[in-house]
Amino acid sequence: MAEKTSNKEIFFNPFSKDNPVVVQVLGICSCLAVTAKLEPALVMGISVIAVLAFSNVIISLIRNTIPTNIRIIVQLVVVAALVIIVNQLLLAFAYDVSKQLSVFIGLIITNCILMGRLEAFAMGNKPWPSFLDGVGNGIGYTIILVIVGFFRELLGSGTLLGYQVVPQSFYDAGYANNGLMILPPMALIVVACIIWVHRSINKDLQEK
Amino acid sequence: MINKQSNVYTIVYITVMVVIVGAALAFTAMSLKDRQLENADADKMKQILQSVHITTERATVVDEFHRYITSSMVVNDKGATIDGVDAFSVNVAQEAKKNDADRLLPVYVCTLDDGEQKHIIPLAGMGLWGPIWGYVALDADGTTVYGAFFDHQGETPGLGAEITKPQFTDQFDGKQMFKDGTFLPVSVVKKGQAPSDTRDYVDGISGGTITSKGVSDMLDDCLRPYKAYLESLSK
Repeated sequence: MAEKTSNKEIFFNPFSKDNPVVVQVLGICSCLAVTAKLEPALVMGISVIAVLAFSNVIISLIRNTIPTNIRIIVQLVVVAALVIIVNQLLLAFAYDVSKQLSVFIGLIITNCILMGRLEAFAMGNKPWPSFLDGVGNGIGYTIILVIVGFFRELLGSGTLLGYQVVPQSFYDAGYANNGLMILPPMALIVVACIIWVHRSINKDLQEK
Repeated sequence: MINKQSNVYTIVYITVMVVIVGAALAFTAMSLKDRQLENADADKMKQILQSVHITTERATVVDEFHRYITSSMVVNDKGATIDGVDAFSVNVAQEAKKNDADRLLPVYVCTLDDGEQKHIIPLAGMGLWGPIWGYVALDADGTTVYGAFFDHQGETPGLGAEITKPQFTDQFDGKQMFKDGTFLPVSVVKKGQAPSDTRDYVDGISGGTITSKGVSDMLDDCLRPYKAYLESLSK
């Protein structure tokens, strides 16, 4: 597999054609949870990129030694350990951000994208392509999270990254924030709209 | 070549892995512990100061805290000071579970730049998903709310988590804790409604009903034992 696809494709495919969220439909749960505001969505994306890249490399390095009957357990231990380390580092060096993300950092462990990439890619490829694959998929995930977070925060709260962007004159003219945007169902609807647009552009992705 | 499917290999593999991962995690936790505790303490100081509308940065918070918080004490539900207990180290969440008579009740006395004294009372309660806590600052006579601060562990962003926002906390400013001499803590109710008695109230958060209720219960529960102390202030 690594021989057939170039490193460039490994890195860039997850951005669009093979996007983990809108094409593989993985990691939808965290897409719901952290996208009510743009900032947590961004930090969550960065954390996932870090964990995904490093767990991919580690698993790829030890892939030939892992006994096949316990490979999922080994993957989980590696991911869980990395997530705990990320969480500890955030607590020590970025306390405020870690408070904001609270439980979601821990929930990276259960993010399907991680298990998916480890099982599908890192188990059968060398460390460098695995690293690129991890970063690529992480960025693909972050892109979607940021798009969803952007629309939800803009339409739901009238702010972006906490700054007011919808001018007061709009509110005076009768404009109101859409409270529904903050609720979880709208995250799914926004993701569905992204998939719709994405498939309209990439006709080859449409199912017959 | 080792047989990678054998049970012995599997057991040795998993044992070695657990030892390595365990050691790595223990090392990370130990080496970062001091920094984390420092951060947690600094964060607590920042929160206390926020209840008197003083916003600080991480770098200056410790100095600012010691400048503004001129004294702190621990009282009991009779309003008498308990000696030998450091107010800052009292675990408010633990105390809130005890009977009123057994509780250690910390009070921070803050002296503002204009010389006015405020009494800051810590709160702890439960939201929808986990613990919530906060600080209420009262004027020197113990009747009027000067400011409030709330925080949470894992309330829903955009809904329950809105209790930390000024839009919510600023509503508390100027509310009364006593009505006609009776002690009635401020309550949080659904927008457009009012509590059954004459107590002061603020609007809850739409979509965050259970968290709002949690804040209301927390105010009730944590301020009740301070009744005697607050009454002694107004005399």
